[in-house]
Amino acid sequence: MSKGPMGGGHGMPRGPRPKFNPGTFKRIIKMLFKFYPVMMPVTIVCILFSAVTSAIPAIFQKMVFEDIETFVKGGDWELAKQTILPKIFILIALYVVSIITVTLYNQLMVFITQGFLNKMRCHMFETMQTLPIKYFDQNKHGDIMSHYTNDVDTMRELISRSLPSLLQAVVVVLSVLGIMLYYSLWMTLVVLAGVILMAFFSKKVGGGAAKHFMRQQKTIGKAEGFVQEMMSGQKVIKVFCHEKECNEEFDKVNDELYNASFRAHGFANCLGPIIGNMGNILYVVVATMGGLIILSNIPNYSISALFAGGATALSIAVMVPFLNMSRQFTGNINQVTQQINTVVMALAGAQRVFEVIDQQPEEDNGYVTLVNCEIDADGNISESDKRTGHWAWKHPHSDGTLTYELLQGDVTMTNVDFGYVADKLVLHDVSVYARPGQKVAFVGATGAGKTTITNLINRFYDIEDGKIRYDGININKIKKSDLRRSLGIVLQETNLFTGTVMDNIRYGRLDATDEECIEAARLAGADDFITRLPQGYDTQLSNNGSNLSQGQRQLISIARAAVADPPVMILDEATSSIDTRTEAIVQRGMDKLMEGRTVFVIAHRLSTVMNSDVIMVLDKGRIIERGSHAELIALKGTYYQLYTGSFELE
Amino acid sequence: MIKKLAKSIREYKKPSIITMILMVGEVLIECLIPIIIANLVNKIAASEETGLEMGYLLKTGLLLVGLAILSLGCGGLAAFTCAKASAGFAKNLRHDLFTRIQGFSFNNIDKFSTSSLVTRLTTDVNNVQMSYMMIIRTAIRSPLMFVTAIVMAYIMGGALATTFVVIVPILIFGLFFIARKAMPAFRRVFKKYDKLNESIEENVRAMRVVKGFSREQYETKKFTTAAGDICKDFTKAERIVALNGPVMQLCMYINMIFVLIVGSNLTISSKGADINVGQISAMLTYGMQILMSLMMLSMIYVMITISLESMKRICEVLDEESSLHNPENPIYNVEDGSIEFSDVDFKYSHRAEKASLSGVNLTIKSGMTVGVIGGTGSGKSSLTQLIPRLYDVSGGCVKVGGIDVREYDIKTLRDSVAMVLQKNQLFSGTIKENLRWGNENATNEEMIEACVLAQADEFIKTFPDGYDTYIEQGGTNVSGGQKQRLCIARALLKKPKILILDDSTSAVDTKTDAFIREGFKQYIPETTKIIIAQRIASVKDADMIIVMENGCVSAVGNHDELMQNSDIYREVYEQQIGGGDFDE
Repeated sequence: MSKGPMGGGHGMPRGPRPKFNPGTFKRIIKMLFKFYPVMMPVTIVCILFSAVTSAIPAIFQKMVFEDIETFVKGGDWELAKQTILPKIFILIALYVVSIITVTLYNQLMVFITQGFLNKMRCHMFETMQTLPIKYFDQNKHGDIMSHYTNDVDTMRELISRSLPSLLQAVVVVLSVLGIMLYYSLWMTLVVLAGVILMAFFSKKVGGGAAKHFMRQQKTIGKAEGFVQEMMSGQKVIKVFCHEKECNEEFDKVNDELYNASFRAHGFANCLGPIIGNMGNILYVVVATMGGLIILSNIPNYSISALFAGGATALSIAVMVPFLNMSRQFTGNINQVTQQINTVVMALAGAQRVFEVIDQQPEEDNGYVTLVNCEIDADGNISESDKRTGHWAWKHPHSDGTLTYELLQGDVTMTNVDFGYVADKLVLHDVSVYARPGQKVAFVGATGAGKTTITNLINRFYDIEDGKIRYDGININKIKKSDLRRSLGIVLQETNLFTGTVMDNIRYGRLDATDEECIEAARLAGADDFITRLPQGYDTQLSNNGSNLSQGQRQLISIARAAVADPPVMILDEATSSIDTRTEAIVQRGMDKLMEGRTVFVIAHRLSTVMNSDVIMVLDKGRIIERGSHAELIALKGTYYQLYTGSFELE
Repeated sequence: MIKKLAKSIREYKKPSIITMILMVGEVLIECLIPIIIANLVNKIAASEETGLEMGYLLKTGLLLVGLAILSLGCGGLAAFTCAKASAGFAKNLRHDLFTRIQGFSFNNIDKFSTSSLVTRLTTDVNNVQMSYMMIIRTAIRSPLMFVTAIVMAYIMGGALATTFVVIVPILIFGLFFIARKAMPAFRRVFKKYDKLNESIEENVRAMRVVKGFSREQYETKKFTTAAGDICKDFTKAERIVALNGPVMQLCMYINMIFVLIVGSNLTISSKGADINVGQISAMLTYGMQILMSLMMLSMIYVMITISLESMKRICEVLDEESSLHNPENPIYNVEDGSIEFSDVDFKYSHRAEKASLSGVNLTIKSGMTVGVIGGTGSGKSSLTQLIPRLYDVSGGCVKVGGIDVREYDIKTLRDSVAMVLQKNQLFSGTIKENLRWGNENATNEEMIEACVLAQADEFIKTFPDGYDTYIEQGGTNVSGGQKQRLCIARALLKKPKILILDDSTSAVDTKTDAFIREGFKQYIPETTKIIIAQRIASVKDADMIIVMENGCVSAVGNHDELMQNSDIYREVYEQQIGGGDFDE
């Protein structure tokens, strides 16, 4: 609910002080018309029509009143009826039209608002899927999330409520302004001066509110951070009996939040009474000024006077309707000021949404694709649309010819340099050769660049200098999705999806049968514990599989990679939370699966990498030792130190 | 439920009540002003023949200005008292929630996820704050507005006011019918909407997996379907609510037409004796006010229903009873570090099918070093967590110092049993501040002593700020091994009788690990040390090694005995030590 579309959660979006940006506003309007080329104009016409029809009846009311005045002395209803009833019938007709238009635009507005929000969400999600990993590494997940929750929701109020009411208010204000000018220029100026004063005050008070809202947002963030830290460390707090101290500290943050929130809402609540009562005072001022003008006989300039040929004296007959007009005028101005906050907030939200939509998607100029293939007796390769167990790279050349290259899993990196930020290299001159069927391991301290290497092979990031080739093809030429399809990755941080265990395993290959999934789980050593779960493979997982242990989650993610049956596998600390006995089972399974295929292993536990064909020891982005376990032990270098336990990893 | 939450208002009852009183003032003035204005206009209109009386105009003007200032005073003051009341209520609510959570046992903590607790403390409380503000401002205002308007209408319009007897019930029925129909629809959608947001979060978090498996299109399709579904539901619910305006207008128009027809008939028939034009126009104004206040009431109704979900979630926490209680006459002294398990069975929850521990019998003498090994989920952590009474046994009993742990004062027990948890955590603050968790009054010497023992002193000294180095949230600026050693030092500062290390040296290199164990043996020989480890080397020299499997004790003995008797132990040993070229 908190994140509900009522937007009750956060009063103001985070980030810098919201500014009115006409460009964003225009863009929203444009999109509305683009999405709803028919509905939108119809809605606007309905809104305008209802604004007009709500104004006209006042004239008929006045006419009826005048009729009553004329007939009241006669006291003959039968006679009066003939004059009054027709006017009332016209009134009824107008009301009927008004209700129809109001109902129509209210219903249409619901469609437009919800549809627009939905389109924004989907558009944003679709764009997000195409963004490079860099974007997700650089932005906090909470921040990305708030685009969907806070930011999109701010636009809801804007479209469904503020736009129609602003439109109506503008129509009314303009027509009332015209009528006021029709009566008297001087008095109109008085009203306008009052309105300017009102605008000034609302800006001052509103600004005060905004300042405190910002502070409130900031302290909410602080409180959230504190609570988050304490809640996640709750067990430690218990073990150390530290509850009292935590309570005291929380109360401090809590008080701060209270102070900011109290002021922010206080100022915001003030706005209504201030503007409303300024309207009342303005009324008195206008009445007094009118009286003075009449008494002092100052010539009255007005549109009506213009037609009459020059200035006339202000009369009471003009003053009475004028006073009524001024009330309507300030009432509508009040309505506009009430909407300003929503509009500014919505524009700030919209701007953030557009920032996501305008992000550059991940570049992909690859044209080499991965296909299933069949090999005949002579070793010729032909493409197949069935799953054959063999893959080939389909390589179109500039001269229009096509070649097929059998996928083998030969990965080479030559003199690769790389840095996540410019001029801060993380990898220096790294060269790795992995022959098909080899198991290549990387060991090294945290930050040595192990994971970076795998980020480069699957092109989550692109290299600065050097070359990476896959079966002799520069990986920049391979279509990213095909490149990644050919690499199975199991990451240290396991991420499971909401759904059954079976769904999660099938994520590796969507067309895998239940049997294939179970087979993969068996290979990964996961079958044993899965079958012991209450509902076995149909056990529902939620919240990133929070009902499983870290080790069990890792086993499922290995099964997920296994069902994809990839030619090359990257295991990044994939077994770090699995006990050594189970790990041995997993390893046996993986060795069987990956027989003849290439495997990259990253681990800090040496028992995980010991049986690799080549072990690379990384330090500060450089490969400092390479060789098999026996060779490295014989070398008596860093690996030897690690192995004998006189050196600490991480 | 509302009663329960209302308890948290406490000292903010006063501003709440003041707000309501101020609102009464504001409403009364607001009803008064139109009457005066109407009189003024009438007077001015009437003066067309007699000429304008400036004196009267100024006098009434001043009265109006005075009233406006009074109204502004009431409104402005109420704006702040009401903000104070609601912000204060929210503060108390957060305080109550936080305190309640601090009283939770491990069992209670397991029930709520961290993020759900954070949401409850922030956004849910915020929702309640907003609706409370709305309620104290309008709950008095709208009914009062309604009543005064009706009364005024009767005074002014007499018989004409009967129209409200018909219109008001129709409108009330209409508005509340709409609200009743829309609310369940909204609640359903909100739940779905929360789910959608969860799935976005899941997607963002798992982006590497999504891209790794090239599942971008699959995810987009999944999302579009779910979002489209929600959009449809939302539209349905919103369309019902969108009827509010037209229904309201319909009633207003019916009222106007009725007043105009009947009013003009009455006026003319009675030659203006029963009723006059001024009254008719007043009736129209009050009619508007009555309908408006009803509209406000229906909005409050909607608002409360919407925040009901938040209230429910807050109450869930407030209602959660801690599953561990201090005994009636607790014992405040722990004799020694001896531990006894007799026929211990343990389940994390009543509903769990499988027991986490069953039939455990162990006797550990004070001062012993005990190693515990076993596979993932074999019950090692569960076993040790029963000693400081983080959980209560389901059957049998655990004794410390010869006395059942359930008879001790909890704080006394936990101060004597220091536990370094597997999923450990440092808090943002300096190293010193973190260490003081173990003992608030620890001197610098004591802290250094503990750190030397935990092999942490050496690396702390290499930091530019030494013991005043600031630790980031979650301890991200120290390495895993360093973090573990700081956690051990923190536990040592308690000077415990029993020290439990739950896989606490996994990231520490084997040599340092050995130093730590050696230090324990030399400097805290009376303390019972229980070491859970994956590494055989960490437990090999213990006086007693417990091998756990499937929640049962599979074997107990020292290294040599277990090499003889336990297949599991031997298997793990051979796996890790391998060909024997391990030179420890």
